[in-house]
Amino acid sequence: MATREDRETGTLARRDDSAPEAIATLEGQPLGPNRGMPLNLDWVRAVRVNTSAVERRAQTLVTRRTVKKDWQAAWLLRAISCMDLTTLSGDDTEERVRRLCAKARRPLRQDLVERLGIAKLNLTVAAVCVYHTFVEAAVRALEGSGIRVAAVSTGFPAGLSPLAERVAEIRRSVEAGAHEIDIVITRAHVFGGNWQALYDEIAAFKQACGAAHMKAILGTGDLLTLRNVGRASVVAMMAGADFIKTSTGKEPTNATLPVGLVMTRAIRNYALETGMAVGFKPAGGIRTAKQSLEWLALIKEELGPSWLRAEMFRFGASGMLGDIERQLEHHATGRYSADFRHPLA
Amino acid sequence: MSIVEKFASMEYGPAPEDSKDARAWLEQHGRRFGHFIASKQHKPAAGEYFDTSDPATGEKLASVAQGSPADVNAAVKAASAALPKWQKIVPHARARYLYALARLVQKHARRLAVLETLDNGKPIRESRDIDIPLVARHFYHHAGWAQLLDQEFPGFAPCGVVGQIIPWNFPLLMLAWKIAPALAAGNTVVLKPAEFTPLTALAFAELCSEAGLPAGVVNIVTGDGSTGEALVKHPGVHNIAFTGSTVVGRAIRKATAESRKKLSLELGGKSPVIVFEDADLDSAVEGLVDGIWFNQGQVCCAGSRLLMQESIAEPLLAKVRARMATLRIGSPLDKAVDIGAIVAPVQLERIQRLVAQGVAEGATCWQPPTTLPAKGLFYPPTLLTGVHPTSIVAQQEIFGPVLAAMSFRTPAEAVELANNSVYGLAASVWSESVNVALHVAAQLKAGVVWVNSTNLFDAACGFGGYRESGYGREGGREGMLEYLEPVWFQKAPALPKTKAAKAAAGKVEKSGAPAIDRTVKLYIGGKQARPDSGYSMEVRDARGMLLGEAPLGNRKDVRNAVEAARKAGSWGKATAHNRSQVLFYIAENFSARAAEIAARLAAVTGKKQAEAEVRLGIERIFSYAAWADKFDGAVHNPPFRNISIAMNEPIGTMGIVCPVEAPLLGFLSLVMPAIACGNTVVAVPSEAYPLIAGDLYQVFDTSDLPGGVVNIVTGHAGELLKTLAEHADVDALWCFGDDALCATAKSLSASNLKQVFTNQGRAIDLFHVEQGEGRWYLEHATQVKNIWVPYGE
Repeated sequence: MATREDRETGTLARRDDSAPEAIATLEGQPLGPNRGMPLNLDWVRAVRVNTSAVERRAQTLVTRRTVKKDWQAAWLLRAISCMDLTTLSGDDTEERVRRLCAKARRPLRQDLVERLGIAKLNLTVAAVCVYHTFVEAAVRALEGSGIRVAAVSTGFPAGLSPLAERVAEIRRSVEAGAHEIDIVITRAHVFGGNWQALYDEIAAFKQACGAAHMKAILGTGDLLTLRNVGRASVVAMMAGADFIKTSTGKEPTNATLPVGLVMTRAIRNYALETGMAVGFKPAGGIRTAKQSLEWLALIKEELGPSWLRAEMFRFGASGMLGDIERQLEHHATGRYSADFRHPLA
Repeated sequence: MSIVEKFASMEYGPAPEDSKDARAWLEQHGRRFGHFIASKQHKPAAGEYFDTSDPATGEKLASVAQGSPADVNAAVKAASAALPKWQKIVPHARARYLYALARLVQKHARRLAVLETLDNGKPIRESRDIDIPLVARHFYHHAGWAQLLDQEFPGFAPCGVVGQIIPWNFPLLMLAWKIAPALAAGNTVVLKPAEFTPLTALAFAELCSEAGLPAGVVNIVTGDGSTGEALVKHPGVHNIAFTGSTVVGRAIRKATAESRKKLSLELGGKSPVIVFEDADLDSAVEGLVDGIWFNQGQVCCAGSRLLMQESIAEPLLAKVRARMATLRIGSPLDKAVDIGAIVAPVQLERIQRLVAQGVAEGATCWQPPTTLPAKGLFYPPTLLTGVHPTSIVAQQEIFGPVLAAMSFRTPAEAVELANNSVYGLAASVWSESVNVALHVAAQLKAGVVWVNSTNLFDAACGFGGYRESGYGREGGREGMLEYLEPVWFQKAPALPKTKAAKAAAGKVEKSGAPAIDRTVKLYIGGKQARPDSGYSMEVRDARGMLLGEAPLGNRKDVRNAVEAARKAGSWGKATAHNRSQVLFYIAENFSARAAEIAARLAAVTGKKQAEAEVRLGIERIFSYAAWADKFDGAVHNPPFRNISIAMNEPIGTMGIVCPVEAPLLGFLSLVMPAIACGNTVVAVPSEAYPLIAGDLYQVFDTSDLPGGVVNIVTGHAGELLKTLAEHADVDALWCFGDDALCATAKSLSASNLKQVFTNQGRAIDLFHVEQGEGRWYLEHATQVKNIWVPYGE
């Protein structure tokens, strides 16, 4: 982690100096990493989410904030730095993963890096996200880059294999060198209101992760109601998730701004209540530079600037980088770009 | 700052909207504007101009004509001249014009938005995403009403020339709210925009020309309060529509009292936002942002009073403060700014003064650590806690970004606190329980209630207030009715001046043994009562012979009657079926005594009229028994997922001064619709034959009508009317009499801005069903409450 922070300039490093244990701050309050807490059912049941009001806020939030010119370029670069560059296809191969890792190291064309004057950022994406099979190949390919390797796990994407196997799957990925594990929850526990089972499952996953960071995928497209999303978020955080993540990318709908709003508000409430910070990862369906800016604005508004870092926020995306590259070229040259001008992932 | 530094800071940076086009438009006019009269630029007769400026920078934007009475006169003349042709063209043609205006607003949307932001100081996001799209929507919607006018409003005609005065907080939107329905209904218009913000109205005038609107249909006269006053007082104006402060609304009510001008007032508010413990608190906080930090809080329906259930008060306030800290204040032209400039120095001073007074009275003031722009008129978002109902900041409209927070213990107390206001414009209720939300919504004295939302507007939904927030509705069917009148009403001749009855010597002769003297008393709270004065008034027949004596009621009797009527308020909560049953039963019992009542009445009215009054009277009671459970509200269709319920609610306690000429039928024609709709009534029967009271209350007593629903005070109409009109606990006043009586009713009603319904001094033929009963009366006996219920899971 330290190496990444060293690369980033400005306020973030200073904040960490003043509160060494804090991984984020909210409303001036330093926050530690999430150690989890006993399941508090009263809290879970007290979660209220008004769908219409949340949708309205999500709709207007993106019209209330915009960034232009150099600020926009900076924000797009920030989006790149928070990306989990992902490949999760049945036709993945080691070579495909190595190609992705090469792109992860050099997400922007060198001439653009120079024109934008950002060489000293040593810009890379935050992580590469793959199936367990490709963890070792990715770790090798990213050696020395500081880029983390994330493995999707626990019977991804359905999460319905036997619990023991799912736990063993995590252990194997961690042993293979994964720094981060993206687990999926059993959606049935949410539908049944079986919060204890959900909590126990996620806590078991967390234990299996050991030092690896755990991102809990809620499968929000399956959960359907925002209230379910809100409650599942709280349970996942109580069970010790380091991140909560919207989707596998395989559900009928993926990351939407209303879902993001419910999850970030859950994170905020949890942080203020417990003093512990949980990260957030929207995944799936985020394809454009404009969307990336909308998400960053949502995070800045709801959680504050402290969350606008790879330690606390990730995009799960594969296609978004291409559009950002085109936008940045436009910013640098004043001319609109084309996708074939940018190296493939 | 380099991109690397921006990458580190992740600030938003400036995002200015280009104002070049709007400024070019100002330049094109040499930054000097005349009035828009008969489709022409009209130089002010007195040659006077005033400046309008950008409140965010102080920059002068343009010189605008100061309207003199001569200018107003020219505009009204142009509007009058245009009227016959405009009314004669088919509704479809008017629909086309309104459609053209809607399209033109859309085509020039961005210029209008920028101009609005320059002139008013509101953030460009709001003018771009809220004001201007709603303007277009309003013209589209009313193009539809214009098209359907004949089918949907048969028997109605436009009022004529409408004078409209609008405020500075939503300049073009308020113009649309006023002009679109007026034109759709076939009126022509003279509109005066607010002095601080005349520019978009002048830009709109050009769109009228571009749309080919006939000359004189829309006229814009700019100026200050004196211009508005000239418009209000102009005898050529038939209808006045005003949006603005309660103080000015009151003055307009008085100024128009002696005329027959129809009047609608959309005034101030101190609207509550009620948050229950089972609400989605994070969403409720956004509701407050939309409620009080929208348009710098310069919104008549701003959610300026936060009422929080005690159990969640502290966590909610913590969330509110955190959210306030993320509000961005700055140049209104910046696309990422939430709070722009206050419209004028006088308004900024008012906000500062009221907040200081609130703090002096014990409130705690919290403002986020935001730096205000060095230049321009800005005020930070402000939260006042420790506020009590006694505090000025809980009572008076501040019209600024200032939220006053109080707590409550139970839903009942929430309603009590919410209704503890002279205003009644809007309210917002936050709860995840549909039972709690709708139960509370039904009890709130407010014309608009937003459930789990705030400040939603749409052309299809009526907007307007209860109590001193004014009367009349804008939007939807109810809004159209403000600009229409029944054709028969317009044609009705003036009522002759009421003459005092001539006294003649002697008493009506009776044959045989002397009759037992009939005692008629006042009827208050379901009991017969002697008059406070201890005096009686003589009642004489057509020849002037003494028929008997009726109690001479005075102001104390009125006071007692109003108190009794207020106590009987549960009548309004009774089921409509229950009220219907009681009315049918009244008719039944009345029918049983029809012959004797007719016989007594005949002495005053003649046999023929007496029999007709009784026969039609029974029918009339039947009609309103029938209507009681059929005067339904509506479900409107605003363009998003939501149920918007328009409920016809009783107004409350009503004073009714009955017409002289038909003592029985007149009483029944006015009192029956009032109680059918759930109001309670203090009625003053015809001075010509107040003895009818005795017959009526005996029927009421035997018909299960709860005590206090109808109270009867006999006496001199002129005196009793005065007490009723000035009484703050009377919510509406109906007065049918000659011009002078109607003028008194209207003028004195201004004290609490109660709704007034009069015959405008006209002779109404109550024996004619079209004139004597039906929806027109029911509409005046109710006020529409629009409850917005967005839904979704």
